[in-house]
Amino acid sequence: MVDTSVKLLGLELDNPVIPASGTFGYGREFTELYDINILGSFSFKGTTREPRYGNPLPRIAETASGMLNSVGLQNPGIHSVINKELPELAKVFHKPVIANISGFSLDEYVYCCQLIDKEPQVGIIEVNISCPNVHGGGLAFGADPVAAGEVTAAVKEVTTKPVVMKLSPNVTSIADVALACQKNGADGVSLINTLMGMRVDIKKRKAILANLTGGLSGPAVFPVALRMVWQVYEAVNIPIIGMGGVSSAEDVIEMMLAGATAVQVGAANLVDPYACKNIVEALPGIMEELGIEKLVDIIGGAHG
Amino acid sequence: MGKEKTMKQGMFEVLSNVPLADKTWEMTLAGDTSAITAPGQFVNIRLEGCYLRRPISVCDWQEGQLTIIYKVVGKGTEIMVNLAPGGRLDILTGLGNGYDLSKSGDMPLLIGGGAGVPPMYGLAKRLLAQGKKPRVIMGFNRENEIYYVNKFGELGIEPVVTTADGSVGVKGFVTDAMEPGYSYTYCCGPEPMLKAVYNASTTSGQYSFESRMGCGFGACMGCSCQTKYGSMRICKDGPVLEKEVIVW
Repeated sequence: MVDTSVKLLGLELDNPVIPASGTFGYGREFTELYDINILGSFSFKGTTREPRYGNPLPRIAETASGMLNSVGLQNPGIHSVINKELPELAKVFHKPVIANISGFSLDEYVYCCQLIDKEPQVGIIEVNISCPNVHGGGLAFGADPVAAGEVTAAVKEVTTKPVVMKLSPNVTSIADVALACQKNGADGVSLINTLMGMRVDIKKRKAILANLTGGLSGPAVFPVALRMVWQVYEAVNIPIIGMGGVSSAEDVIEMMLAGATAVQVGAANLVDPYACKNIVEALPGIMEELGIEKLVDIIGGAHG
Repeated sequence: MGKEKTMKQGMFEVLSNVPLADKTWEMTLAGDTSAITAPGQFVNIRLEGCYLRRPISVCDWQEGQLTIIYKVVGKGTEIMVNLAPGGRLDILTGLGNGYDLSKSGDMPLLIGGGAGVPPMYGLAKRLLAQGKKPRVIMGFNRENEIYYVNKFGELGIEPVVTTADGSVGVKGFVTDAMEPGYSYTYCCGPEPMLKAVYNASTTSGQYSFESRMGCGFGACMGCSCQTKYGSMRICKDGPVLEKEVIVW
């Protein structure tokens, strides 16, 4: 029997497979199909202080081996998440969840993290400083090591749970941003958020997305994500949650070899609602094939 | 609208794939249709060479068999044209709410425009089975786009056809053929048509919307629209919206 379990910031995960924020809602749509308790954990839809409607439609455009989205952090707001969504979620998911928090100001990050920190269901707080689809928030913090460090320090001051900073690939050096987060007390980092991209409708001669630009995800970004996980692993000594185009158990293993302790699955859930289940079920077989007894043994294994 | 539905993923086999009119094809498929519970729902089809699935409305279904009609508008539907009988497709079924038949009254008016005609066929069939007397208006731009008039005929319905260029039937838009005396309005078509019917209709009704979708089952928020009662996902809370909730 191979061992797929990993330890992530004090949490014992049965496996490293975690649906990425924004691709799994609050789990409801997937519980129609399978018992989501087979997942390692899951990162729920990015949450802000106020409810947000998000960006105008269209918000989705297809690309080669991937997709652009410009949803723009649509969510019911932190109070509704705590009062409504989390109790609903507790009925169907019995493991600690990852709370994904977004903001447009330091105050907002602090406000939301302070509240979510009190929720017993939440095992890890993932702070999104990398949303490319909102103006004046998200990426404005994640694009600059100093600002990223400030958010980290401010959030750490009001939380008792482990804090993971979610990083943007739309920067010159993601390792510098990761280092700044580590220096300011981050317990871990997750990467990558989506890559900023665009499509133009050649018949209408205008951008497909109403927001003009969107975030690229799917298999197209996997090699970029893997490279960044590799670089961040070389730079920091806190755990990394790797993500970006992961679609198979082999991708999970590749991410872990590059340095990820756990792996998030995003766009794949949208194309195949069973994607995470299939990955979880395929992992043991692939491990046996590759002679891996314990999955934890391969973390960063491709580094010299 | 309606109770919580459950989607299903399944493999379907192409039984036939034939052109009906200009850039309009009909495909019949064999597979598990048990998740489909109402006309106006859609399926989401995975195609080799496309990352995202393609949402296509259900035209008709019975146990083990599904009929869809699609307009060739881009990469995905161009791939579909080349699918031969015997080919297999990964399809999500039971998506969206579909039309609520209980509100139809005795003489509902069904209006379909272009690629919005197919769900009206499945709806008409089921309204007839309930003893209702649906009237049907089908709107097209020109003669070579017209299809399914005979299929409605086989149901015993004589649809009113409108063409924008006047080549067949009533010249103009579907609203030019709306005559009083109907009990309810069901509508599917391009958004300008939905809006025109919404304004012209004298009854309550249900309108089916289209959107670029990510997942098609409510997870990604890629197709959320504003309604009078907050945000709704076209794929999950729709695609059929009641007249009373729509905000243009």
